Amino acid sequence: MTKPLSGSDIAQQIGDQFPDAVTDSNETAVFVRSEALLDVAGFLKESLDLNYLNNITAVDYTDYFELTYLFTSLASNHSLVIKTRCEERDNPRVPSVVSLWQGADFQEREIYDLLGISFDGHPNMKRIFLWDGFQGYPLRKDFIIDVPGGGKATKQGVNDA
Amino acid sequence: MEIERPYVSSELDKIEGAQIDALMAASKEPYPDPVAWLHEELQQNVLLTSTEHVIDWGKRYSVWPVLLGLACCAFEMICAAASRYDFSRFGMEVFRFSPRQADLMLVAGTLTWKMAPALRRIYDQMAEPKWVIAMGACTVSGGAFRGSYSVVPGINLIVPVDVYIPGCPPRPEGLLHGFMELHRKVLADKLIKK
Repeated sequence: MTKPLSGSDIAQQIGDQFPDAVTDSNETAVFVRSEALLDVAGFLKESLDLNYLNNITAVDYTDYFELTYLFTSLASNHSLVIKTRCEERDNPRVPSVVSLWQGADFQEREIYDLLGISFDGHPNMKRIFLWDGFQGYPLRKDFIIDVPGGGKATKQGVNDA
Repeated sequence: MEIERPYVSSELDKIEGAQIDALMAASKEPYPDPVAWLHEELQQNVLLTSTEHVIDWGKRYSVWPVLLGLACCAFEMICAAASRYDFSRFGMEVFRFSPRQADLMLVAGTLTWKMAPALRRIYDQMAEPKWVIAMGACTVSGGAFRGSYSVVPGINLIVPVDVYIPGCPPRPEGLLHGFMELHRKVLADKLIKK
């Protein structure tokens, strides 16, 4: 069983290297400022041997977006969760980690596609599932769509015309 | 040697996006369903009727479907084709991978807007006479995904549909019933239209 590393312990280690990078921490995760994300991730990749990126996901909390990164060390069999927040809504930007983990490529594009968060430094930042010209970002909580054939759909459900 | 490509991928994306947007804009109203079986028999010429009957009888027992398994309904379709339900009994065992050789478009599964241009293209490539079966709730109305940003709410926005088979997914028996309804419709087909 992979051992989850304590966020509080790791926050200490990050704090020694990058003061002000950590905003919060608890047993399950470390919260870092998005500007410091790439530096912190690079540092942790080396020091904790986090050679595998399990997944990246993002959540729309309406006031802010929160990105969750799950890393694993396949050699040492431990894992770590890093979270970062993005308050900006019109043009949210977060640094890309593709330069550190190539597996982030499609996942960052998926987040861009569905939530509209741009990843700085991504080699191919464009939609992945939806077509070029699609209006809006469907996983945002305020997304509304005109259903072809009548009706409007929101996160609360469909109102058929 | 470097092979020159006609497009860069971003250009391909733009072309694809424009195609989908154009189809979406053009697909606001559902096609009316073709209702060939409600014709008046008196309108038919006696000599033509018997010729018609033979030809329709032949068409009825050789409906070749084009394979269009888009989602989970495809498994029920495969099951209906396999030995237990065996729809080769109706002369329709030959699934064609080329629309040029098919008479029936059997749409089994959720149709997304990204797939819609391909579906329309396959329909357009089929030779007349051709029929369409909408199998499953998703193809009938969008099903559980009605109101989604990516799913077409009913394939009758894209192509005219002859037989609707509801269910999520319909059992093979349901599909066979749909086939028999289609056969009734083929049998009522008129040689000379309009």
